[in-house]
Amino acid sequence: MTLEVKNLFCERDERVLFSSFALKIDTAEVVQIIGQNGSGKTTLLRILCGLSDAYTGDLLWKGQALEEVRDDYYQSMLYVGHLAGVKASLTPEENLQWMSQLDKSLNKCTIMQALKQVGLYGFEDVPCHSLSAGQQRRVGLARLYLSNAPLWILDEPFTALDKKGVSEKEALIAAHVHAGGSVILTTHHDLSIPNKTIRPVNLDEVAIR
Amino acid sequence: MNFFMSALKRDLLLVFRHRNDIINPLAFFLMVAVLFPLGVSPDPTFLSEVAPGVIWVAALLACLLSVDGIFRTDYEDGSLEQMLVSSESLYLVVLAKVLTHWLVSGFCLAIISPLVAMMFFLPEQGYFSLVVSLLLGTPTLSLMGAIGAALTVALRKGGVLISLLVLPLYIPVLIFGAGTVQAGAMGLGIQGYLALLAAILVLSLMLAPFAISAALKISVRS
Repeated sequence: MTLEVKNLFCERDERVLFSSFALKIDTAEVVQIIGQNGSGKTTLLRILCGLSDAYTGDLLWKGQALEEVRDDYYQSMLYVGHLAGVKASLTPEENLQWMSQLDKSLNKCTIMQALKQVGLYGFEDVPCHSLSAGQQRRVGLARLYLSNAPLWILDEPFTALDKKGVSEKEALIAAHVHAGGSVILTTHHDLSIPNKTIRPVNLDEVAIR
Repeated sequence: MNFFMSALKRDLLLVFRHRNDIINPLAFFLMVAVLFPLGVSPDPTFLSEVAPGVIWVAALLACLLSVDGIFRTDYEDGSLEQMLVSSESLYLVVLAKVLTHWLVSGFCLAIISPLVAMMFFLPEQGYFSLVVSLLLGTPTLSLMGAIGAALTVALRKGGVLISLLVLPLYIPVLIFGAGTVQAGAMGLGIQGYLALLAAILVLSLMLAPFAISAALKISVRS
């Protein structure tokens, strides 16, 4: 399982974000994209997810052009973006039911167990708009417990989470990588994953300004 | 099929939690029907003559008003991105969304249309043709409106643009829809009109979801 991007060029509002940028993500790797605000972290993740066409370059999944193996790629990839796709008027349980349908997750654990894991037990039937920002974030992240996709792409997963929440997610990432999965994430948080080195990719160094 | 049902269930649940979305098109439809005779003429012969056209135009505009929001919240909270990066088919998600929109707009309009027809002194023999033409015509309006909604979802103010894009596509449905009611009210055969409305519906049902999916991809990825 490798995701590879070669010769990436991307500009936004007449500013070059990447030029001849290359990145390869192998099995059991944690890649942390770092860079200042506006350096193109989210843009890069969206390109990797196939959610942006505003680039030139090659995107390869298992050595094949991503465009041709999109279905296979989307089955093995889980993306939690800035906006996690949590519907404010649905309850956490209803949100997760829909997301697990989209992910085709094969009941690694039940939705109630996932909610318990993220500390939302007892809130499963409260509409998400009356939850706090951190709790809403937790609803989006509960998918990580449900999904069996080997590749996770996470955009600022720790925003609004408390310290305990962050260390739980770090442990989850560690377990995922230990089981052979890979994670690409952006965060300004000092990430510490037990028994695993994190490969940093600094966008401030690759950009031409 | 299972996936389609759960997509439909989610959309209906969302509509149920925002009941305004159901009431708005219906209220608009009823308001036009109530105000038109007051503004123009309460004369029964005049009203029964213009009834098919006015009721159909009111129904069309009620659909157009509500179609703008069909993908809006999904775009704003990131749900649409999740649908695009899913290996499940976008076609079914889109179909469920359009069906939900039709159920809360066109279907409800068709159900209350006899009431409006009564206000317009439409001859009783025209009621059946009114309901059937709305039931066959409004799904097409939802499908075509959704193409416009998908194209403009990323724009902050898509409202006017949507009308410009979609209204030309609505015209055939309006002509045949109002024609059905006119023929029905005069006691003529309506099978020809209904066959045309059904043909337009089948064509748009086959092709529109592809156009909507492609338009959503363009809107999100650009």
